[in-house]
Amino acid sequence: MNWLDQHTLALIFAGLTAFSILLYAMLDGYDLGVGITLPMNNEAWRDTSIASIGPFWDANETWLVLAVGLLLVAFPAAHSAILKALYLPASFLLIGLILRGVAFDFRAKVKPEHKLRWDWVFKIGSIIASFSQGFMLGLYVVGLEYTYLNVVFALFSGFCVTAAYALIGNAWLILKTTDEIQLHAIKRCRQSGMLAFFGILAVSLINPIVNVNVLNVWTSPPFAYFFAIIPITCFAMFAIGYKVLKDLPLEDDQGAGLPFLMSCVIFFTSFVGLALSFYPYVVPNQLTIYQAASSAESLNIIFIGAVFVVPVIAAYTVFAYFTFRGKADELKYY
Amino acid sequence: MDALILSRIQFAANISFHILFPTITIALGWLLFYFKLRFNFSGHPVWMRAYRFWVKVFALSFAMGVVSGITMSFQFGTNWPGYMESVGNIAGPLLAYEILTAFFLEATMLGIMLFGSNRVPSWVHTLATFLVAFGTTMSAFWILALNSWMQTPDGFEMRDGIAHATDWFAVIFNPSFPYRLTHTLLSSGLTVCFLVAGISAYRLLYKDHKKAPRLTLKTAVITAAILAPLQAFVGDMHGLNTLEHQPAKVAAMEGLWHTVNGAPLVLFGIPDAETQTNKYALEIPGMASFILTHDFDGELKGINEFEGEHPPVAPVFFSFRVMVGIGLLMIFISWWSTATVLRKKSLSKLQLKILIGMTFSGWVATLAGWYVTEIGRQPFIVHGVVKTADAVTTIAGENVAFTLAMYISIYIVLLIAYISTIFRMAGKAVKEEEYDLTPPGLPESEKGDAQEVAA
Repeated sequence: MNWLDQHTLALIFAGLTAFSILLYAMLDGYDLGVGITLPMNNEAWRDTSIASIGPFWDANETWLVLAVGLLLVAFPAAHSAILKALYLPASFLLIGLILRGVAFDFRAKVKPEHKLRWDWVFKIGSIIASFSQGFMLGLYVVGLEYTYLNVVFALFSGFCVTAAYALIGNAWLILKTTDEIQLHAIKRCRQSGMLAFFGILAVSLINPIVNVNVLNVWTSPPFAYFFAIIPITCFAMFAIGYKVLKDLPLEDDQGAGLPFLMSCVIFFTSFVGLALSFYPYVVPNQLTIYQAASSAESLNIIFIGAVFVVPVIAAYTVFAYFTFRGKADELKYY
Repeated sequence: MDALILSRIQFAANISFHILFPTITIALGWLLFYFKLRFNFSGHPVWMRAYRFWVKVFALSFAMGVVSGITMSFQFGTNWPGYMESVGNIAGPLLAYEILTAFFLEATMLGIMLFGSNRVPSWVHTLATFLVAFGTTMSAFWILALNSWMQTPDGFEMRDGIAHATDWFAVIFNPSFPYRLTHTLLSSGLTVCFLVAGISAYRLLYKDHKKAPRLTLKTAVITAAILAPLQAFVGDMHGLNTLEHQPAKVAAMEGLWHTVNGAPLVLFGIPDAETQTNKYALEIPGMASFILTHDFDGELKGINEFEGEHPPVAPVFFSFRVMVGIGLLMIFISWWSTATVLRKKSLSKLQLKILIGMTFSGWVATLAGWYVTEIGRQPFIVHGVVKTADAVTTIAGENVAFTLAMYISIYIVLLIAYISTIFRMAGKAVKEEEYDLTPPGLPESEKGDAQEVAA
């Protein structure tokens, strides 16, 4: 029955958990981002923005459940250590997600005069959720200790992640909208891209300074040369993206998908960069994935299921995105 | 107050709020699938109108369920770290399978079900509706397998204080699982029947002369008339199963302090833990023994047999009476309404008002039932294996108290918003013209109002 040993399983499940977190950040990232920059002075734009994420947001949030679930079942000691240390910001994250999730449905069903109220709830909920995630990430990076400096760093990280979500959210809107709202999204995308750029740059510089291990990963040859591809790709995306956003929109809506694609690359490289910095630790400098992994028997049984089910999930997710391809204003409820 | 009681209250508050919505979406998903099928086969637009009204309620309930469910995945580890440490090998795979086989399926298909009807062929839309219903039911399957395992653990062995599965079939199909699953699915069915009946009655009472609310009312009360007595029967079997595996819970449910032959059925009373008696008790002699052992003189074990390992009597005792009381009321009201409907008569104003009053009765019964079974399992978190107190967190009590206050205030606001929005949607449907629907190849008026619609 146990045809994979503990070591291999720990690595596989660390990979699966990381994959879920990354997908969550990209997918819920764009729908949170749409919420963060929801234009409060234009109801039609709000309707279109929200229609663009309508068919997807439920499934996007499920990646968070999977990520936290995998952490819980595969690395229970890490789940408890990380989320206990992040108990308060995690609670704010949950409150934010609750508020925006229900606002999404209430806004379409309440009296017209109350719609604006729920739009605000949607926007503020999205901001709270994004900021909390950034705060949690920041505190994680500096070792889950609430010192004065760490909290300042975590707050800064909160801003960065919010900006990064706004970036990918507006990139999504460029892909899914036309005309004025698209122009508006291009402008917003450029602004949030700037903020995200400086944020990622700052974290990349601060992280090796506070963590000796991280410095080693990025400076010890021969791997360091190879790893250099990651930050270079990431910052190249910002540079090229800046140019692309300047030129958009093009005729026949060419290149409307580029900003989103590039944002995904930015998310991917930033994430891989972080993951490399911390491997093999799951709780920074305290607990490795090999120490925290639960027993081989239960990981095996989940792994067998995952091998069969994950391709199916991937298939119907692709089907859903294919079904709702094209511009959002053509989307009709029901 | 210490972290144990605060953690319990917080988890109870979150899970109580959460369960309200899956209870609706599980059965409402199947009802929508039924509406869609009837529309596909008859082509009658009234089925599509019923579908479109109720799919909105479904969407709202689903969103409430998703967001409150995410909270749970965090709190398993934050509030009950000892739970995963000791039984993680069992709970982990069950939870993982729930996420993999149910959550993604329902969430993704929901998008197609809500927004896809103009983008995919009708059969794909019907299939998506089916898969959403199937997904909600699968998620009930896995989570109830885990919950039942916590009540009647089986198929495992303890090594160094940690549970290891020895037989996964026995873990999943543990002794109480078939009863609990059936009981829960039926309770979802009844909750939805009374929700649909109540909202449809509301529309009729406010002079909605359209066909859809009459049709949904009829569908709901007839289904309830079948499910409600079935639920009483299944509930009884579930009770016998509990007597076999968790006698202390049954003793608390019956308010039975001392082991006795020919135990009375306590219809009402106030259990007093100090004196170990029921004050102001109204009893039927020998009846509890008869129900549980099929013998008026049968022996029933009392709380005294389970020193230090029995649940608090009063909350279990009262919750049980609330659940059974609503169950009986449901049988009576559904039969009465069905009798009227089947004689081709419309319901009287009084009947409509009673149904409106019962709109959310399923919620109360469901919560009461869960309190019976969850409080009845105390002081254990996994019956006979792990005590709740040993699984609790080390998070500071103030932090738990602070977040608890936050959650509760948000839940109250959301609950009010949810209920008032559903009634508002019903009120809006009264004033609105029929939804504009022109299904492919079928003009509105052709197959329409002249034809009698059977439920």
